[in-house]
Amino acid sequence: MYEFITGFMFWLALGVCLIGMAVRTILYFKGLRWNLDRVAYRAYPARGFKGAIRSIYKWILPFGTHGWRKQPFMAVLFFSFHIGAVFVPLFLLAHNLFLKEKLGFSLITINGGVADFLSWLVIITLILIILRRLALPEVRILTNWYDYLIILISAAPFITGLLARYEVGNYSFWLLAHIISGEILLFAIPFTKLSHIFLFFASRAQLGMDYGIKRGGLRGTVMDW
Amino acid sequence: MPEGIFCNKKPIETQEELTALLGDTSGTQYYKEMKELDIDTKLLWTTIQNTCKSRIRTWLEICAHCGMCADSCFLYLVNDRDPKQVPAYKIQSTLGEIVKRKGNVDNEFMRMAMETAWAKCTCCNRCGIYCPHGIDVGIMFGYLRGLLYQQGFVPWELKIGAGMHRVYRAQMDVSEEEFVETFQWMVEENEEEYPGLTVPVDVENADIMYTVNAREVKHYPEDLAEAAILFHAAGENWTITSKGWEQTSLAMFAGDWAACKMQVENVYAAMERLKPKRMVGTECGHAHRATVVEGPYWAGRQDGRPPVECIHYIEWLAEALREGKLKIDPERRIKVPVTLQDSCNYVRNHGLREVAREILSYIVEPGYYREMSPNREHNFCCGGGGGFNGIGLFRPQRNKGLITKRDQILATGAELVIAPCHNCWDAIRDLEEEFEIGIKWSFLKPLVVSMLELPDHMKPEE
Repeated sequence: MYEFITGFMFWLALGVCLIGMAVRTILYFKGLRWNLDRVAYRAYPARGFKGAIRSIYKWILPFGTHGWRKQPFMAVLFFSFHIGAVFVPLFLLAHNLFLKEKLGFSLITINGGVADFLSWLVIITLILIILRRLALPEVRILTNWYDYLIILISAAPFITGLLARYEVGNYSFWLLAHIISGEILLFAIPFTKLSHIFLFFASRAQLGMDYGIKRGGLRGTVMDW
Repeated sequence: MPEGIFCNKKPIETQEELTALLGDTSGTQYYKEMKELDIDTKLLWTTIQNTCKSRIRTWLEICAHCGMCADSCFLYLVNDRDPKQVPAYKIQSTLGEIVKRKGNVDNEFMRMAMETAWAKCTCCNRCGIYCPHGIDVGIMFGYLRGLLYQQGFVPWELKIGAGMHRVYRAQMDVSEEEFVETFQWMVEENEEEYPGLTVPVDVENADIMYTVNAREVKHYPEDLAEAAILFHAAGENWTITSKGWEQTSLAMFAGDWAACKMQVENVYAAMERLKPKRMVGTECGHAHRATVVEGPYWAGRQDGRPPVECIHYIEWLAEALREGKLKIDPERRIKVPVTLQDSCNYVRNHGLREVAREILSYIVEPGYYREMSPNREHNFCCGGGGGFNGIGLFRPQRNKGLITKRDQILATGAELVIAPCHNCWDAIRDLEEEFEIGIKWSFLKPLVVSMLELPDHMKPEE
C-alpha cells in the first residue's frame, strides 16, 4: 500500500499536476485574442512584458497595492496563508528527503521550528478565512460548497501532516493520510479553482499587459496598482 | 410573442425605424414587448463559444469569492452595502450563469441580466484594480452587454442611441450639413468679439482635425464656438471634417459592436482623407475611449492605434498653455475652492491622470485647488457612466448612484467642479439638481476662454 501510494500514485499525481498546469497555462496564453480582448499584445511585446511583471510583482508584495492597503486584515490573512502553503510543501526537510530519494535532487530546506510555525499559521489563517466567509455578508453571498471543498482539499495535507508530526495516535496512518491528501491536492490543481496557483500569474500578467499597452502604458503612464 | 414591433433582435437600420421607436414614449410598449421576447439560446451559446476565450473564462473560473472587490464598487457602497451589489456576485449571477447553463436561460433571467448590466455596473473598471487576480468585472459587463444587445435585451434609449450611429454616424439625429452649419453659425456669432475667427472645413494636411460630441451641436453649440476661439487664439492650423466629425459611441454603451465599428471607421476615414497631423477630440470621456482607446480594435487595427495620433482635448490644452500658445490673465484665474473630476474613460482607462492637473496649475490661483479622495485612476465613477445617465427606466438607481460623487465633492469643500467629460458633467449637474449642495460645474473650455489674454490679432478693433 505504502509503496503504491509513494510510488505510482506519487508520480501520477505529480505528472497530472505539472503537465496539466503546463497545458492550462499554454492554453491560457494561446486563448488571448488581441481583437476580442482589445489589447495589442503582439504589437508591443516589451511594453506588455513590463506591464505584466509589474502587475504580478506589486500584488505579491505584502501591502504593495492600494487593494492590500485598503484591506489590511485580508492582506495579513492572505499572505500568512500563502507563505505557509507555498513554503512548507516545497521546503520541508522531510519532503526534500523524499524528493531526493525519488528524483535525485532536493531544494533548500527550512528548519523544523519554522515549518511547525508555518503549518500552524496555515491552519489558523484557514480558520479565520472560513470565519470571514461566514461573517461578512459580501463574502457570504459569493460562497458556495465548492469554496469549502477547495479549503478542505488545501487544508487536509496540513492537518494530517501536523497529526503525523506530533504522532497523535497512529503515526503510520496519519503519514499515509498525509501523502494521499497531498496527492489529491496535486490531482485537483489543474481541474479546480486551485489552478490559480499558476493562473493567478497568467491572469495578473494579462491585466498588466492591458494597462502596460492599451490603458496608458503606451503613453508612458505607469499604473499605480 | 417572439419578436416585438419595437423590442426585437434586429438593430435599427433606417430613419423610419428610428422615428417609430422614438415615438414609443419612454419605451412603454418596448419594455412591455421585452417581457415576451424569446431567447435564441443557440445563437447565444454559439456566440459565447466563438467570443468568450481564455481571459474571461479564466476570470469566471478562478474568482476566489474573496469579496475584496466589494468596497471598490461605488454602487455597492451607496446601496447600503447590499451583497447583491458585490461586483463578483453581479457578474457570476449573470454572465457566469449564462456560461454555466450553456446559454439556456429564460426571459426573466435576461431581464434581470439587463438590469444588472446597465443599472448595477457603469463599466468604470475600478474593481479590476482592486482584485488580487486582476479580474476586471467592468470588461466582463461590457462583454455581457454585447450578448444582451444581440438578443434584444437592451434599454430603450441605448437601442435608439446605437440606431442613431447606424443611421447618422452620430449619437443624435444631426446630419453632416447641420454639423457644419451649426459650427459656422456659432463662429459668426462670435466674430465681432474675436476678429478673424473662422472654422476651417475639410482642410487637408492641417495640424489638427477637431472632432466633437453630437450633443454639443444639438444642445450646447457654445462649446463649438469656444473650441474655435481657443484654436484661433493659439494660432493653430486646424480643421473640422464634414464627414466623420462625431467622436462618441453610444453603440459602445449598448454593446452593439457592429455599430461601434461603423462609427469609428467613419472617423478614421476622415483622418485618412484629410491627413491631419493629429486629431483632437472634445472634452468627453467615452468619446475618447471609443475613438482612441477601443476604436482601433473594432476597426481591426492590429497595432491598437488610430490612423493618426489622437489626443484628448485636455492634452491639447495643457500643451497650448505649457508652450505659451494660450496665455492666461493671472487676475482672472479661478479664486474659489475648486476640484477636478477624473473621468474613468481616459484617466483609469488611458492613463491621462496628470494632464488636467497641469492645466489647473495654470488656471487656478494657488491655494484654491482641492483634490478629491480618492483620485486619479482610483477615482470613483461620476455615478452616470456607461450609459447610466441616459436610461429613464433606471433613473432612480442612477440618482442613488450619484451619492458617492456628491460626498466626495462635499468632502473637498469645493464650490466649483471641473469635469472635462460630458458624462461626468451631466452627472454632476444632475446631482446638484437632486441634492442641491450649492456647487457649480464646468468644462475647461468656457473657463479658459473667460481668462484668456487675447493675442493682438484677436483684440476687437477700437
